[in-house]
Amino acid sequence: MSDATAKIPATIAPPRPAASDRLKFYGIWIGAALALLVLPKLFSSGGSLTTFSLIGISIIFSLSYNILLGQTGMLSFGHAVYYGLGGFLAIHAINIIAKNKFAIPLPLVPLVGGAAGLVFAMLLGWVSTRRSGTAFAMISLGVAELVASSALILRTFFGGEAGVSANRTKVLRLFDWSFGPQIQIYYLVAAWTLIAVIAMYALTRTPLGRMCNAVRDNPERVQFVGYDPHIIRYIAFCFSGLFAGIAGALAAINFEIANSAYLGAVQSGTVLFATYIGGVGFFIGPIVGAIFVTLLSLGLSDLTQVWQLYFGLIFIAVVMFAPGGITGLLMMHRPLLKGGTLSRVLPSYLVAFVPTLAMITGLMLAIETTVHFTVNPGEDSHIKAFGIPFDAANPAIWAVAAVLLIGGFLIARKTWARVAGSWDDALTAAREKGVAA
Amino acid sequence: MSTAIELRGVEKTFGITSVIRNVNLTVAQGERHALIGPNGAGKSTLFNLISGYMKPSVGSILLRDQVISGLPPFQINRRGLSRSFQVTNVFAKMSVWENLRCAVLWATGHRYAFWKNIDNLPEVRDRTAQILQDINLVSRRDVPAGLLTYAEQRALEIGITIAGGADVILLDEPTAGMSHAETERAVALIRRLTEGRTLLIVEHDMSVVFGLADRISVLVYGQIIASGTPEEIRGNPKVKEAYLGEEVA
Repeated sequence: MSDATAKIPATIAPPRPAASDRLKFYGIWIGAALALLVLPKLFSSGGSLTTFSLIGISIIFSLSYNILLGQTGMLSFGHAVYYGLGGFLAIHAINIIAKNKFAIPLPLVPLVGGAAGLVFAMLLGWVSTRRSGTAFAMISLGVAELVASSALILRTFFGGEAGVSANRTKVLRLFDWSFGPQIQIYYLVAAWTLIAVIAMYALTRTPLGRMCNAVRDNPERVQFVGYDPHIIRYIAFCFSGLFAGIAGALAAINFEIANSAYLGAVQSGTVLFATYIGGVGFFIGPIVGAIFVTLLSLGLSDLTQVWQLYFGLIFIAVVMFAPGGITGLLMMHRPLLKGGTLSRVLPSYLVAFVPTLAMITGLMLAIETTVHFTVNPGEDSHIKAFGIPFDAANPAIWAVAAVLLIGGFLIARKTWARVAGSWDDALTAAREKGVAA
Repeated sequence: MSTAIELRGVEKTFGITSVIRNVNLTVAQGERHALIGPNGAGKSTLFNLISGYMKPSVGSILLRDQVISGLPPFQINRRGLSRSFQVTNVFAKMSVWENLRCAVLWATGHRYAFWKNIDNLPEVRDRTAQILQDINLVSRRDVPAGLLTYAEQRALEIGITIAGGADVILLDEPTAGMSHAETERAVALIRRLTEGRTLLIVEHDMSVVFGLADRISVLVYGQIIASGTPEEIRGNPKVKEAYLGEEVA
């Protein structure tokens, strides 16, 4: 064997990254760190700092979820359990630290949350990770309901409906930082986000990370290369719980409260949403999804009363038409960009954009009008949705909605076919130039 | 000569149907042993029993004089027995390189390591490269396994099976569905890669069986009706009657 090994030409294995590639790789991380540092200088309002903090928390949570869904092929309906328990333990930790004046600064509290997520994942995950697929999904749902309902029963620990609150400024100060102002919380979240993202990225590049992918693709075959798929799923589950716990602790620090909503089905659903919309097939997918969904939920809830409905529609649209998520859609264009044929598809996008936008506008008009008559029938019909005032009782508006929706759809359908056609042409042209798809 | 695999009175029943009936079989170390028999004779079931995919209802299976029946597949694999599948069974979304690398990880002792960078493991890299070269898929290294041609997938299937360095190899119809030329290449590959190892192979193509095997066992209706050298099997009247018919005469 050793003789034969010596004879293998070096070109057989994938080439080691060149110095320029490595520079690029580390450059991205350093760039991200710098961007996180200067972001508050560009957007310094309290509102944007809160938004950034929420995005950071959501990024960690979504990436932790993708360890299960995208990397190991496990669909969980109860991931908020580990997020929530991390949050509760963090709140209790802050209170205990403050009461006993322990010499533990606030930036270390997320470790308590992470430990909580890890320990509960270790306890609750052993049975559920025996199987993947439907059995795992059902057990995750059952465990989630169990924990969520205990949150309302075990009042001393979970604080019942009101939850448990804490004062984060009472903890030992570090370099004179009280962690009262949002800017300090922003930097705390940003630092933890960077650490967690790097750690989770590194995890994908280990023997365990690769075997997770193998279990996702074919758990049966994994057993015949020496691995127990149950152990692989279990370890992945534990890591996922660890990072979810860190995210939950950061949320608890940010809001200074933990309540049963942290553990609930809505929280579990949101992380599934964000991860899937971003794209489960790429490491950055959940990051994109977390940013998108956080901004959308904050933005939409100001603009319309039924923002969850729009959320659902977006989710369905992504599942049906872009199962690779936003990242998948963007990545599809990479061969075109490399082959220099991207310009061939852009005109067809512009052509398709107009009727599609008309269709969506018609749909939104129809939805908002319906909401007026079903949800708030007694109120004034002059409503304002997405900042645009209109009269929901005006038949002309109904007609406009119908024309936009139906007409837009009929025209848009034709333009979508053209998009597909020009896309195929562009890809073929790119392939002819020797770009691998 | 010591034995690699031994089956003692193995039976397998599904409900009231018995698929494997009192099979006794010995495969010597370093031997190329072919298992032949008509469709539905239970050849794949026998493979599933030996590799731990199913547990025998009665009887015991020994790998190098140690009982392995009842162990899960990964335990049996760690003891040095590796099998391929009749229907291609690879990691479809992962590249050829990743497929082979997953198959060498356990054997190189990296187990469930989450603290090592997989690209910084020289022995994993060299072994994967060696297998990749052995199965002639160097030019397809970065292609997802699901996009390979059928013959390439079959080669990858064999590559995954041997990558862990197991010295007892079970191949389930490795040339099924291949053209004549592809079959010839596959047989040359199998011959080369199983050099010095023990091979148990299920195969329908008689030219492959008689060209490759040191010994042949014939399985009919879940029972082994004959076991011997190719010449003995060729001359065995029971085998002629039950299975080979005109083909060999």
